[in-house]
Amino acid sequence: MQLILRQGRVVDPSQKLNRVMDVGIDNGRVAALSPKIAEKGRREIDARGLVVFPGFIDMHVHLREPGREDAETIESGVNAAVRGGFTGVACMPNTQPVNDCEAVTAFILSRAREAAKANVYPIGAITKGSQGKTLAEIGEMRRAGIVAISDDGHPVGDGQVMRRAMEYSRLFDIPVIDHCEDRELAAGGVINEGYYSTVLGLRGINPAAEEVQVERDAVLARQTGARVHIAHISTRHSLAAVARAKKEGVALTCEATPHHLLLTDAAVAESSYDTNTKMNPPLRLREDADALVAGIVSGDIDVIATDHAPHSIRDKMLEFDHAPFGIVGVETAVSLICDRLVRPGILPLERLAELFSANPSGILNLNRGTLAKGAYADITVLDMERKLEVRPEDFASRSRNTPFAGWKLCGGPAFTIVKGKIVWSV
Amino acid sequence: MASLRHKDLLGIEQLSVGEIQLILDTAEALREVAARPVKKVPALRGKTVVNLFFEPSTRTRSSFELAEKRLSADILNFSASTSSVTKGETLLDTAYNLEAMSPDIIVIRHGSAGAPHLLGRKCKASIINAGDGMHEHPTQALLDGLTVRTIKGRLEGLKIAIIGDVAHSRVARSDTILFSRMGAEVCVCGPPTLIPWEYEKLGAKTTICLEEAMDGADVIMMLRVQHERQNEAFFPSAREYASLYGLTRERMRAAKKGAIVMHPGPINRGVEIESEVADAGCSVILDQVANGIAARMAVLYLLSGNAGLTPEKSR
Repeated sequence: MQLILRQGRVVDPSQKLNRVMDVGIDNGRVAALSPKIAEKGRREIDARGLVVFPGFIDMHVHLREPGREDAETIESGVNAAVRGGFTGVACMPNTQPVNDCEAVTAFILSRAREAAKANVYPIGAITKGSQGKTLAEIGEMRRAGIVAISDDGHPVGDGQVMRRAMEYSRLFDIPVIDHCEDRELAAGGVINEGYYSTVLGLRGINPAAEEVQVERDAVLARQTGARVHIAHISTRHSLAAVARAKKEGVALTCEATPHHLLLTDAAVAESSYDTNTKMNPPLRLREDADALVAGIVSGDIDVIATDHAPHSIRDKMLEFDHAPFGIVGVETAVSLICDRLVRPGILPLERLAELFSANPSGILNLNRGTLAKGAYADITVLDMERKLEVRPEDFASRSRNTPFAGWKLCGGPAFTIVKGKIVWSV
Repeated sequence: MASLRHKDLLGIEQLSVGEIQLILDTAEALREVAARPVKKVPALRGKTVVNLFFEPSTRTRSSFELAEKRLSADILNFSASTSSVTKGETLLDTAYNLEAMSPDIIVIRHGSAGAPHLLGRKCKASIINAGDGMHEHPTQALLDGLTVRTIKGRLEGLKIAIIGDVAHSRVARSDTILFSRMGAEVCVCGPPTLIPWEYEKLGAKTTICLEEAMDGADVIMMLRVQHERQNEAFFPSAREYASLYGLTRERMRAAKKGAIVMHPGPINRGVEIESEVADAGCSVILDQVANGIAARMAVLYLLSGNAGLTPEKSR
């Protein structure tokens, strides 16, 4: 066998596993899984004390290539992803040009092959140029390799266009991912509307801007039968709407980001207008963050995704009003969740595996998220005792825009393995 | 004389009761300079002050400039009518360029909240916030405090009504914090579309009923209605606004006898305030202008020598 992971704790809810085992890998796939593999591997990893998961997938990243290679390239983004413990990333189409046609999809995939580390799953635009008017050539892009469609960052405002997109998506059984924001309600806002927008004198983004769009999507998903995934859910009322629709059998799923789980809008004041606390949707209230944490534990939230949004220092170091939205996330997400939610006993390891692996794989139909015999050997190995400090200067990403600089965390990736190959180790 | 221990003056928020008193006392002492035949003291001789204005401003800028001149500072005026972004140079690059000229104090007015904080973190010079977006305008609140204290003899226990476009007003925020911190009872009032969320936590009562705000008020502070700046409709028309929230002689009757009327200017006659009221004896709008110079002299004087201190966080 090409590689054997010895005596790690294997956590794989797809097989109801949470026990110390050996994992044998051959030809890029899981070849054996047993308490003790007698055979010797060409290479072996002593995984005692470590936790072995089906490979983590970040289903919401921005790789910036083509167009803004100064902020991130596919190669640097993928290097950052594997350093953060991810074996795969799904990249949003808001590049320059927008990934709204086969050629751009093919370009992204060819650059990803050259980088040859993590899997890259392109997401195509819903509408041409993400202009919200006419449908992009979704079928062509699907043939080229997209796994979902989204106009992330430029949400489709026109209900009729969204309805058609949902209907059409059923042809290919791909999800429609929506960044829910009513742009008129949100207009001009840079921070959650509430106490902090008032005291800081910043224009607020009304939580209703997200909530009305989530409700709209739930209604359209019910009617069209499409699979709809709500990106970076941020308010407790949005979550309640998703949970209600799910109960009614609507094919609605959603994700939350580590920053919406762990930070609140107080961070904008505490950091004295640090633009690394500016993201869209904005950081919300303690009640919202608490509801989201309850949601990832209960299963109302399906996925943790980062919304990794690299911006160069030149772009981000501006007045709060003028700085772009977004923060990097792939290199900090897993450690943040381990330190703040897993180690304190809030989030069990099985849920961690579902949120980071099985569920994103299932939603995007990636045929991953399991370590069953014969599955692709995409594996994330975590060391729950690893101590680290978030140091943006050490990031593999080209960008440094994180609000977590200086955080001391315990728990993080030890090995990242893609198709049986160790692509990163601590 | 004592001094402030802050490097920057970013907002009233950062000031204690004692520090506000110190600034007001200092301003009172410096006010007599204006009555001298030679209106100049050497307090800031050899110090360089940069006036960095990213928003058009005549009154605040002239007031700062005169304050600086009366303290014998060397002055550099740097105004950019457009924002740093459209100019192509970032705010920080502009700041670094100015910093290279070794100023002691930078007075900044900017359309974006938090711009002075960004400068405060990156520059050795002391930063004075001369108005940042909808956030704070601390020297305006100090001159308002000075004006009220001079006329009423105290701030504690007074009823202050602040009326108008509270949502977009940095003056409202700074005044609310200053007056409530000094023991006055502050009530802000305006149409529901112009009262921001959770404003009460700043230390004020809020009401949408003008009569309620005016009832027994010692001080009525009218805010400028910035109809031209609002491309969103917060109220249907200036005419309707005037009929609902404009200050008229009739409405003044609800206030306490001897109540004073203030306005940060420039006033919109016939919109938020009727001409008759603006020009009446109860109006102290021009006292505010005179006190502005003294209050700014006090701040400049008390911060001079603080460049290089560790910058503080806003809250």
